[in-house]
Amino acid sequence: MNKKRAMILVSNDPESIRLGANEIIQHVTESLASYGLQDEVDVSTVSDVNHSNILPLVVVYPEAVVYGPVKPSDVRYLVEEHLYKGRVVEDLLAPPKMLTGQIGWLRGHKGYNPAEHRIVLERAGRIDPDNIEEYITASGYDALGKVLSDMTPESVIEVIEKSGLQGRGGAGFPTGRKWKFVRAAQGGKKYIVCNADESEPGTFKDRIVLEGDPHVIIESMAIAAYAIGADEGYIYIRGEYGLAYRRLEKAILQAREFGLLGKNIFGTEFNFDIHIHAGAGAYVCGEETALLESLEGKRGEPRSRPPYPVTKGLWNKPTSVNNVETLANIPAIIRNGAEWYRSIGTPSSPGTKVYTIMGNVNFSGVIEVPMGVTLREVINIYAKGMKPGSTLKLAQTGGSSGSIIPAVLQDTPMDFESFRKAGVSLGSGALLICDQETCIVDLVKVLLQFFRFESCGKCTPCRVGTQRSYEIVDRISKGQGKLEELDTLLELAAEMERASNCGLGQTATVPIRDMLKHFRTEVEAHIRSGSCPTGVCEMAQEVEKIQVK
Amino acid sequence: MTAPTIDRDVVSVVQAAIEKHGNSRDAMIPVLTEINRVFGYVSREAIHEVRKQLHDPARQVHIAESQLYALTSFYDMLSTKPRGRHVIKFCENAPCHVVGGKAVWDGLREMLSLENGETTADNKWTLVTTSCLGLCSVGPVVLIDDDMYGNVTPEQISEILGKYE
Repeated sequence: MNKKRAMILVSNDPESIRLGANEIIQHVTESLASYGLQDEVDVSTVSDVNHSNILPLVVVYPEAVVYGPVKPSDVRYLVEEHLYKGRVVEDLLAPPKMLTGQIGWLRGHKGYNPAEHRIVLERAGRIDPDNIEEYITASGYDALGKVLSDMTPESVIEVIEKSGLQGRGGAGFPTGRKWKFVRAAQGGKKYIVCNADESEPGTFKDRIVLEGDPHVIIESMAIAAYAIGADEGYIYIRGEYGLAYRRLEKAILQAREFGLLGKNIFGTEFNFDIHIHAGAGAYVCGEETALLESLEGKRGEPRSRPPYPVTKGLWNKPTSVNNVETLANIPAIIRNGAEWYRSIGTPSSPGTKVYTIMGNVNFSGVIEVPMGVTLREVINIYAKGMKPGSTLKLAQTGGSSGSIIPAVLQDTPMDFESFRKAGVSLGSGALLICDQETCIVDLVKVLLQFFRFESCGKCTPCRVGTQRSYEIVDRISKGQGKLEELDTLLELAAEMERASNCGLGQTATVPIRDMLKHFRTEVEAHIRSGSCPTGVCEMAQEVEKIQVK
Repeated sequence: MTAPTIDRDVVSVVQAAIEKHGNSRDAMIPVLTEINRVFGYVSREAIHEVRKQLHDPARQVHIAESQLYALTSFYDMLSTKPRGRHVIKFCENAPCHVVGGKAVWDGLREMLSLENGETTADNKWTLVTTSCLGLCSVGPVVLIDDDMYGNVTPEQISEILGKYE
């Protein structure tokens, strides 16, 4: 295959076409040919860019430089400068405005870099996490001060409810409503628990917050405690996160020294303190009732619900369990107001989302962007494209229990509502990008291996279902599967979804369903011809051959 | 990893862990974690000792040895069996898998002649798989004791293992 070094996208929405987009495409092709670049540069179109003031657009990858508005007469110069000589044409750059309605562009020396919108990660990496004064200088504890001096608990809850903040742990439950339930629950003693048991494979967004900005969690928990009427909080952090644990420990000590935890905070009647509890390695403890069991010193086996933690949580007291990323949004919402928060993201999913990007792409790491950005945008812009020679086959969103989405769905906006409509789960924000060399059977086998290992074993559908599903997929991966076993997989999935006690068993079936929905032909090829189309799976016959030799 | 001044006998280790983490029921997991850190695993003897020191009906703290064993066997970071001087944890989850994890795993098994969960005869190495360590941007990831290695290739394995006594 011919390797391309660059790609030019020209906007071809009706408005762009009216302004000469087709001519531009023609000029691009001709200019490339005249510089002998036709084999090195791909030309394609992009539509629905929604910014009439800078159309038509010409976007050049891999640098993701955006030019606009471009006139047909600019094209030859643009191609000569940018693609032949390698210089960005400053005069033609699009103004640093919103491009797709979601992504802004930053002017930089190397063309334009896609802007992130950082709320959760606003300070991570910019301040010294071990120094409370740096956090305070960066507006830290302002929100807590505001809450304690000017706001009633009810008005705090109202602001959070109006902001539309939804839980970022995966379920997307409205945070304000959760707090309201806990506030309304009977019982004197209440708890706020921060779920920092981040163990969804491919997810490390919370680690970045905990390691880079531990005070934001302390501040948010204090605000939450004030709102729900708690005076004690727990951070349940996964045992593997040693550095984050030490930073939190230090941050708590500093906050106590500064009078931001303890008795009479900010000279008010409000008392609050935080304990940290390290997990000991169990994925299921990310499930909130399993987490509470573990906090109480037991095996992390999920409880039957109802009752829900909002009425009977830690030691049977009303408890709000909130994810790290959710909490990290709170101080900014209090400081800037619900309206401000709603102006970011989409109407049904306000705010930003932190994604961890990994797999066969050029950039792996963490980004924070408004809700509603599409997968294509994440891959092409933030992840700086697929690795050389790679094309997108599928992406897994949201960790092991997340959806496997084929390349054709990459234009779905990533927000809670659009994903729900498309039958896809946004999950924890992990984006595992896989190329054409990924075998769906092999991938799902790895996922099921994870689930059968991490199933706590308390309820039968999950304990047995994950094991049996794994065995079937394992056989398929060795060329020993049977077609009727695909029906068995779906039957098992239906039972696991219906009868499992918690989210682990209920969602362990997602990869199986997605595999059979989007990639059935590839699965059947393993069974019918006993061979793996991508050559990843080691077929049993081949293994035998080696043994005979 | 631990202060060398600590006398490594079970009684005093358990005592120190309880002093640090408290003597209530919810201290059991941190206490077991501490014991595991010192000895590499939680022995029958240690379980017996924890129960002896924590169980106290007068304070409404009821603890059975079976509960302590149940905790130890449930949590992945606790081990019921002795482990080698160095524990190699290999992340077997999808993010590491799709960027070449399997070749690294095969390389580790081959070099050490170990399968998952086994320990070498000289008691130097224990090889185990682990679930995601949250270091996915540098996969494949291998953790040896507390040292993290990222972007590991099969060719690097012998050099990495060579660093350990």
